[in-house]
Amino acid sequence: MRSNNLWFIGLSFFIALVLSIISLPAFVPVDFGYLRPHWVALVLIYWTIALPYRIGIAVAWVLGIILDILLGSLIGQHAIALIVVVYVASSLYQRMRMFAVWQQSLVVFAIVGLDQLVNFWIESISGAADWNMWYLLPSLVSALVWPWVFLVLRSARRLFDVT
Amino acid sequence: MLVFSGLSLGLLALDYYTDYLGSVRSVLNIVVTPIVVTADYPARTATLAQETFASRAEMRAEISLLEQDQLLLRAKVIKMAALVAENDRLRDLLGSAAKLQDNVLVAELIGVDPDPERYEIIIDKGSQSGVFVGQAVLDAQGLMGQVIATSLYTSRALLISDESHSVPVQVNRNNLRLIAQGTGITGQLELIHVPDTADIKEGDLLVSSGLGSRFPVGYPVGVVSKVEHDPGEPFAVVRAIPSASLVKSRHVLLVFTEARMARDVSSPRIEPDR
Repeated sequence: MRSNNLWFIGLSFFIALVLSIISLPAFVPVDFGYLRPHWVALVLIYWTIALPYRIGIAVAWVLGIILDILLGSLIGQHAIALIVVVYVASSLYQRMRMFAVWQQSLVVFAIVGLDQLVNFWIESISGAADWNMWYLLPSLVSALVWPWVFLVLRSARRLFDVT
Repeated sequence: MLVFSGLSLGLLALDYYTDYLGSVRSVLNIVVTPIVVTADYPARTATLAQETFASRAEMRAEISLLEQDQLLLRAKVIKMAALVAENDRLRDLLGSAAKLQDNVLVAELIGVDPDPERYEIIIDKGSQSGVFVGQAVLDAQGLMGQVIATSLYTSRALLISDESHSVPVQVNRNNLRLIAQGTGITGQLELIHVPDTADIKEGDLLVSSGLGSRFPVGYPVGVVSKVEHDPGEPFAVVRAIPSASLVKSRHVLLVFTEARMARDVSSPRIEPDR
């Protein structure tokens, strides 16, 4: 299939990466960091649903490695978590396309929750984390943000005719 | 799927058990620098906008305040120079090698670890400017932390409030040596293994002791905020508030001690205890 405007996919990933490390202003309490949606996973899920023949495991792996470098985690940690995300999303993409946006949100909640879980497992094996329920908050926030991510990316994809 | 998962697991194991990936990490860090710089852009712009739109009167007030400060500091420096000279003379008499002269490099903060559990910052000076792993990071008020990873243009520093960070300190009043550990809470350090009978009280200034030869001697670390003696516990519970403004400082100082500059710059990569 002919590719068109693939740069837009790259741009959306770049923005997602920037959003996932952007620093909050100093007056915001540190704990608000838990409210940060998992932007990279959201954008990745969108492109996996929209263009499953373009975006797959390999892209997820590269993004995961970049995220590991940015966040200073063990190299491979976010990579493997995002591989799981893309694997689940790509096996569900036909169903996801049929869903209403709020139903997609539920699936996104589960997928991002899985991602958090994988991250937590690796962090706890390497001895860096204690479990608390806050770990599930990003997936909730991600699910709430999903409709907007979905609508923005879909209209942008149609506007630029990304295939 | 299997190939990439296997690859990730392999990398994980390699990164966890060995140091081979340190150089890979520093190279990749250069690649991702645009992302870090872009992410810092809003904060930078906000500061710039604030400066641009500040009223004339505010600017004047600030300038006069700074002028006063400068006058005070200059007076102190003059006195300090005399004291340093005297101190050096006395140390020479004692035949001691230690001189209290450190060089510093000013760096700017360009990123903060988004994970609220971890206290790490990214600064805009890297190995190209001579930054090395283990280097002490200060701000104007006190010790902030240490460098844990460097790449060519940026480096990552662990703050003293991180749970995995400890710093050897001494009480300025009576040279009692202690260890201050981060608690994972911004404005709080914990002093560990303090005997119940130790002479320490609220308001004591803690300075770095230089033991462990990681941090330079004599920089303020914190002020004791709470001393609690619980008869059931083997040690007293002592907490301190860090002197450095860990979440607010945008400019940090990197310290080069004389001993360090004389030695070889390449050092083994030291993992913080996580």
